[in-house]
Amino acid sequence: MATGEKRKYKVIGTRPLRHDGVDKLTGRAQYGADIRLTGMLHGVVLRSPHAHAKIKSIDTSAAAALPGVRAICTSADFPDQVGRIVELGEGAVNMRHLSANVMAHDKALYKGHAVAAVAADSIHIAEEAAKLIKIDYEPLPPVMEVLGAMRDDAPLLNDDVRMTEMGTVKPETKPSNVAAKFLFTKGDVTAGFAKADIIIEREFRTATVHQGYIEPHNATVLWNADGKVTVWMSTQGTFTARQQTAELVGIAVSDVKVVPMEIGGGFGGKISVYLPPVAAILSRKSGKPVQIQMERAAVFEATGPTPGSFMRVKVGATRDGKIVAGEAWIAFEAGAFPGSPIAPGCMCVFSCYDIPDARVEGYDVCVNKPRSNAYRAPGSTQVAFAMETVVDEICEKLGVDAAEFRIKNGAKEGTRRVDGPVYHRIGMIETVEAIRDSEHYQSKLTGPNRGRGIATGFWFNAGLKSAVVATVNLDGTVSLIEGSTDIGGSRTGIAMQLAETLGIAAEAVKPQVADTDSIGYTDVTGGSRVTFATGIAAVEAAKEIQKQMVERAALLWEVDSASVKYEDGKVIGPAEKSFSFAELAAKIHEVGGAVIGHGTSSSAEQGGAFGTHCVDVEVDPDTGKVQILRYTIAQDAGTAIHPSYVEGQMQGGVVQGIGWALNEEYFYDDKGVMRNATFLDYRIPTCYDVPMIETIIVEVPDPAHPYGVRGVGEVPICPPPAAIANAIHAAVGVRMRDLPMSPPKVCAAVMQKK
Amino acid sequence: MPTVYIPPALRDLTGGVETVEGKGQTVRAVLVDLEPRYPGLTAKLCIDDALRPGLMVAVSGTMSRQGLRTPVPANAEVHFLPALGGG
Repeated sequence: MATGEKRKYKVIGTRPLRHDGVDKLTGRAQYGADIRLTGMLHGVVLRSPHAHAKIKSIDTSAAAALPGVRAICTSADFPDQVGRIVELGEGAVNMRHLSANVMAHDKALYKGHAVAAVAADSIHIAEEAAKLIKIDYEPLPPVMEVLGAMRDDAPLLNDDVRMTEMGTVKPETKPSNVAAKFLFTKGDVTAGFAKADIIIEREFRTATVHQGYIEPHNATVLWNADGKVTVWMSTQGTFTARQQTAELVGIAVSDVKVVPMEIGGGFGGKISVYLPPVAAILSRKSGKPVQIQMERAAVFEATGPTPGSFMRVKVGATRDGKIVAGEAWIAFEAGAFPGSPIAPGCMCVFSCYDIPDARVEGYDVCVNKPRSNAYRAPGSTQVAFAMETVVDEICEKLGVDAAEFRIKNGAKEGTRRVDGPVYHRIGMIETVEAIRDSEHYQSKLTGPNRGRGIATGFWFNAGLKSAVVATVNLDGTVSLIEGSTDIGGSRTGIAMQLAETLGIAAEAVKPQVADTDSIGYTDVTGGSRVTFATGIAAVEAAKEIQKQMVERAALLWEVDSASVKYEDGKVIGPAEKSFSFAELAAKIHEVGGAVIGHGTSSSAEQGGAFGTHCVDVEVDPDTGKVQILRYTIAQDAGTAIHPSYVEGQMQGGVVQGIGWALNEEYFYDDKGVMRNATFLDYRIPTCYDVPMIETIIVEVPDPAHPYGVRGVGEVPICPPPAAIANAIHAAVGVRMRDLPMSPPKVCAAVMQKK
Repeated sequence: MPTVYIPPALRDLTGGVETVEGKGQTVRAVLVDLEPRYPGLTAKLCIDDALRPGLMVAVSGTMSRQGLRTPVPANAEVHFLPALGGG
């Protein structure tokens, strides 16, 4: 559904076949694990069995003596990073912490922390050699939970971490697991709550959850004799991978080339590097290319999941259903090193509502778990679970419709967020209206132990930098080279925007994702930014091609170029002269060289994206199992370039959110060892767990994009846990405030109510 | 004149005041104008003539990647916020 009069497009809004479809369907697409190089060695990473331990010594002599072993590395092989803070595209990173995460220095800070690595002629020899490395550990007590880690007497993970606030540390601050504090205020929260007729304050917890991408991390690295390093890998960002690798091994960025392979899922988890610096050091020491592939257990135990959290949310409203104040206290588990998405969590918690007085306080806290990392709308799903559950309880107590309450209180253009900025044109209310008016919401749900819930979510969406190059071919097609690695079909979405601008078919554009030596700087595929920002770059490139094609036509017709124009895929000159794009493409070499358009995007920033979800569930009161009966998502996509991809992102985000809601969590024993580090025991939803997710694409164009695009990849994961919690309450009358709402917890809550 | 929103953690420098007005056509110029009235504000927000790592500036609701060089129109709002990424 569109808001207002929709612009007419020829390509945008259609559903062409994806350009990479045949290769992926036939299994010919090349992934990182497919790389084979002459003389390639196989690497294995030895990982800590302890969640927290001092590393007193490492003896690699027996491993080095094993025939077939070509190189061994430990942290001693990496340059000292001191405490440098480096901008890595999506944010500032403490390089000492990043280095210590790639290879433990003097302490192992989580089970699975890399402590050494071996390269050998075969994977089997490398595995045998790794077992021969002797490490003398002094085990330390681990701290696995955020509130426990904040206590003064908690085991300390990092002696160089002190609590920062706005980037600075007070001189008297002692080393602590609390790495950062964030505070946002708006108005007078005490006065705001004084106006409330009803105040609901509740506490929530969410579990550590992994992105669950199917393809494990991998890297193949050749450190050549000339000092140049080539990395083939699965990554969400070749340029940040290049910079991280170069910084961590201590060479110039221009000496590293990252070649992006196809990527089997990332969701934020393939931005930080883990393997490339290790494989690079092993390659330098052995003189041969080295390939390392993670096993699934290592993916769970040693790559960045989303943080577990503790949250306290308080909301006040008047009797007539107007929110007057909100307050939140939020603590996220950063994992072994600082850097959880606590700041966006704080900025998102009240982002869907127009609240006059609010206060949010947040803490980034180190615990003995893997360093947390981005996961689809980082921080927003946790806080949406808390806020949207409280909102539902207010609606229940006031006896008002949950959709109407959200429409009455919803954020809109001009609403000031708790972190300060005022929204431009956004579509929050439109997504609620779409759900309210949907056949699903209007239908009657019948049957015992069945209930319906709704929830809304928000994500900022990023702009950042992108570059593309487009070359006109003689047959009228256009070769499009871009730097954005393609996770969710962005190649086609970008090609369609180029095609729309040129007035040619999407199939006439041949997109290709290039390595870091072949395209200009491009930030990560993350932040729901690629269709927006790389799309802007593609439009710019197309405009440059239009201009050059006009000049070529003028030369061919021997007329002044001012008398020639580009219109609707044609070049039109005086005296009714005209060329189709393909006709002119066939002649461009008669009057010049290649026609090449360049485009970059750097300054455009997106408005936010919103989604509202409606779910029906049935709860088995005897087992606590929650069955999803029906699920509808309405989301503002600005302008849907390829509706199938938009729907796919919406559906995929919902399914991941259902996983957060009902099943997914890291189970740790009392020693800090994860006990479910396989896909058999770490239960992500399958097709047997979810119905077809119904989608409603709302289109409130973003004025910052020439076609009105808003990113769609992240926000669909935010509302599901809250929507399902609200539906469970409607079904069996219990409020679930602890994720996941797994059968034992739901069953216990139902039993307690009885 | 542009209005600068002071983050809660820095309001001890402005006597608890949430918003102050500063002259200037860039974020840098606005901070230069504010510094004599609120000594220490620039040092809290900047290091090595740039915004501190992890900070971003938003002008009239739009996040900017241009840091201190970000243009500030008359009557704009200036916010200093944590830098954001995404997944």
